[in-house]
Amino acid sequence: MPEPSVTLRKIREQFGESIIETHSRLGEDTVIIQPQVLVPVSTFLKGDPDLDYNFLMDLTAVDYLDLKKKPRFEVVYHFFSLAKKHRVRIKVPAEAKNPEVDSIVSLWAGADWYEREVWDMFGIKFRGHPNLKRILMYEEFQGHPLRKDYPIQKRQPLIGPGAGS
Amino acid sequence: MAESLENRERACYDALGKEKGNPRMMSQGFLTSKLEKAIGWARKYSLFQYPFVTACCGMEYMATAASHYDIDRFGAGFPRFSPRQADVLFVVGTISHKMAPVLKMVYEQMCDPKWVVAFGVCTCTGGFYDNYATVQGIDTIIPVDIYIPGCPPRPETVLDGLMKLQDKIQHSRQEF
Repeated sequence: MPEPSVTLRKIREQFGESIIETHSRLGEDTVIIQPQVLVPVSTFLKGDPDLDYNFLMDLTAVDYLDLKKKPRFEVVYHFFSLAKKHRVRIKVPAEAKNPEVDSIVSLWAGADWYEREVWDMFGIKFRGHPNLKRILMYEEFQGHPLRKDYPIQKRQPLIGPGAGS
Repeated sequence: MAESLENRERACYDALGKEKGNPRMMSQGFLTSKLEKAIGWARKYSLFQYPFVTACCGMEYMATAASHYDIDRFGAGFPRFSPRQADVLFVVGTISHKMAPVLKMVYEQMCDPKWVVAFGVCTCTGGFYDNYATVQGIDTIIPVDIYIPGCPPRPETVLDGLMKLQDKIQHSRQEF
């Protein structure tokens, strides 16, 4: 077993009981955490001088409906430190019914549009987001198209054949 | 070295005579034609386009417009970025359902006579974007005169499409 990275070691020290799972493969660290510690973990990752994760590289979600995983959704955060040149992936599970996690817009302003995209595509709400509305689809659109139970042939045109039905 | 007006007129008659396949018309200083045909001839060689560019097809559009292929050789070298000044709407790239009302409004703002070119397979049929976001062919929203297939079409295909449009303009009934 190689030595765990400084990120994994420090997160385990700080949030040991709230961590669901960690793994490390090909130099990529992943931490799955309880939803209630998302904001404290994020604050720690950003503020700790040894970690210094100042860049939110990506924020997305996964729908595990077909893989029968419980809970159904996972919100995935990719952080990068420009100074330390290291990365970490944080995953937060979300329930199938009314999925909701805390917003991290107050920490990384760049999370604003990412969280809107995840809301638009997956229907996962972000508690405390300043302006949580659709970003890619139009307001009239019903449902969330990247959910695995969104009918693949369903069309919702604004004008032309099939509009308004 | 300004060309004389006479010479320029002669060159114009030569071009028209050659196209009508009547060499006797050339260099004679006059020609006979029908008003409708003359208007069609003028219209097909002075197309002001409105490029409605949304996706990667725009690169081929630019290649066609730039000097190597030079769309201006066909009299269609003048893009207008106001639909009110344009004759032909080039829809270049994928049209999403969110964009569809905008495209329709641009089309409706154009003055008659007007034509529409569906540039690339996304505008023709939706292409491989058979999904929740994409209009399955712009002819579900606005009338289309010429379909140019390809993903994206090469400039030769675009010029071929343009020449077919010119042919259509020449041979259609001219409203004036």
